[in-house]
Amino acid sequence: MTDHTLKAYDKELETLERRIAEMGGIAEKMVIDAMDALSNSDAALAQAVIVSDERLDALQREIEEAAILTIARRQPMAIDLREIIGAIRVAGDLERVGDLAKNIAKRSLKIGGEPRSRREIVGLKHMNDVATELLKDVLDAYAQRDMDRARAVWERDVELDALEDSVFRDLLTHMMEDPRNISYCAHLLFCSKNVERIGDHATNIAETVFYLVTGHPLPGERPKGAPEPSALASEASA
Amino acid sequence: MDMASSNLQAEAAGAALRDKIVVKSLDFYYAPGGAKALKSVSLPLKLGKVTAFIGPSGCGKSTLLRVLNRMYDLYPGQHAEGEVLMDGENLLDPSLDLNLLRSRVGMVFQKPTPFPMSIYDNIAFGVRLYEKLPKSEMDGRVEQALKKAALWNEVKDKLKSSGLGLSGGQQQRLCIARSVAIRPEVILFDEPTSALDPIATAKIEELIDELSGDYTLAIVTHSMQQAARVSDFTAFMYLGEMIEFDDTKKVFTTPRDKRTQDYITGRFG
Repeated sequence: MTDHTLKAYDKELETLERRIAEMGGIAEKMVIDAMDALSNSDAALAQAVIVSDERLDALQREIEEAAILTIARRQPMAIDLREIIGAIRVAGDLERVGDLAKNIAKRSLKIGGEPRSRREIVGLKHMNDVATELLKDVLDAYAQRDMDRARAVWERDVELDALEDSVFRDLLTHMMEDPRNISYCAHLLFCSKNVERIGDHATNIAETVFYLVTGHPLPGERPKGAPEPSALASEASA
Repeated sequence: MDMASSNLQAEAAGAALRDKIVVKSLDFYYAPGGAKALKSVSLPLKLGKVTAFIGPSGCGKSTLLRVLNRMYDLYPGQHAEGEVLMDGENLLDPSLDLNLLRSRVGMVFQKPTPFPMSIYDNIAFGVRLYEKLPKSEMDGRVEQALKKAALWNEVKDKLKSSGLGLSGGQQQRLCIARSVAIRPEVILFDEPTSALDPIATAKIEELIDELSGDYTLAIVTHSMQQAARVSDFTAFMYLGEMIEFDDTKKVFTTPRDKRTQDYITGRFG
């Protein structure tokens, strides 16, 4: 894209983008580390995840302040306006991703000494790998203004929904098999919900990237997977 | 974007609204045999709506405005080709009565141009050119025009004092009142606020908003924010060509042409 006549304007937009990139890096690492902390009972790593959320929150505030200042100062139009609104939205989504990762880290501390086997967590770890991949892809799509890649993430969120469903069934089986698993598996259920929401935020970012590039919302309905696990549960009991 | 699709687009925007003026394949020359200052420009002015012309200096936006009430006829050698239809009547017809045309298509200029006479006479002067009204009716017409121009409350107690004693913003509103008094159908604004402070500017913009609906308005402005604020439709012009004409909200959020985007985002070299 051609540069602005006002160089300071370009600099402001670049700074916004750089901060988003930093947020993306932190959020991605938090999602990976939180799951590692959970599966390895690594309390130190869990603490590190909790601490890094502060930096993420601070960055989000900085991005919002900078964006508001640029709007007030430059009265941005068209693509510039979408860039700035996009940055505000993406920062909001990444901040939420950080919160969700932090929740998982906190929960891993809470679980602490609960009895556990490696079996229960396999599905959840796989789910987290997919969520991490979606997050990474959508951040690349954002950095490259690549609407096709954004759309691919948007369409792939259905995979994560399906995985959540299978993790739910899996954990349910473990709980029925041995009541001593219930407490641990209940914690993992909450974690799976958190991971699923991380996927939702990746989808939101995909929508923002598409809007940023084209000026239009993503057309059509997002592909929907299996019904919510809670709906399945009520079906099962019926 | 090529000319044909740009014209098509001009027809598509606001298709449901009635056209007050339709400009068709308009060429304009400042000197016989000289370069074209306007190149096959086509666009509509929608009835009761505000259309803004934007573009860098020398793009032809003021030239286009000056064609709409044949202002260029004051300068020998300048001429226009093509069609400018107002309610179906070609305004470029050489046999057209220009005084009558200018009573139907009024113009407000960049610098306020009050006459060196009283506030009252500034307005009555124009009316007397076209109509012979008894004193009481003239009083009513002056009051009505000043009210329309949102100036009445500020000047009602000093109608006999000179129009030159008013502030710049008031003078500009006096000029708008003068246009309104002769009951035009179209009012053209050529950078009407470029010499005014932000508050006087806001008053003129509010006035443009008020006048739309009753009149068909066209405004040339260097301020893109102003175009975005006051207009329903925006035409972006560049080097004598009409590059993009569309709903204002489209032009300023998702322009089609890269040149439009570069201009409105401040990327023009």
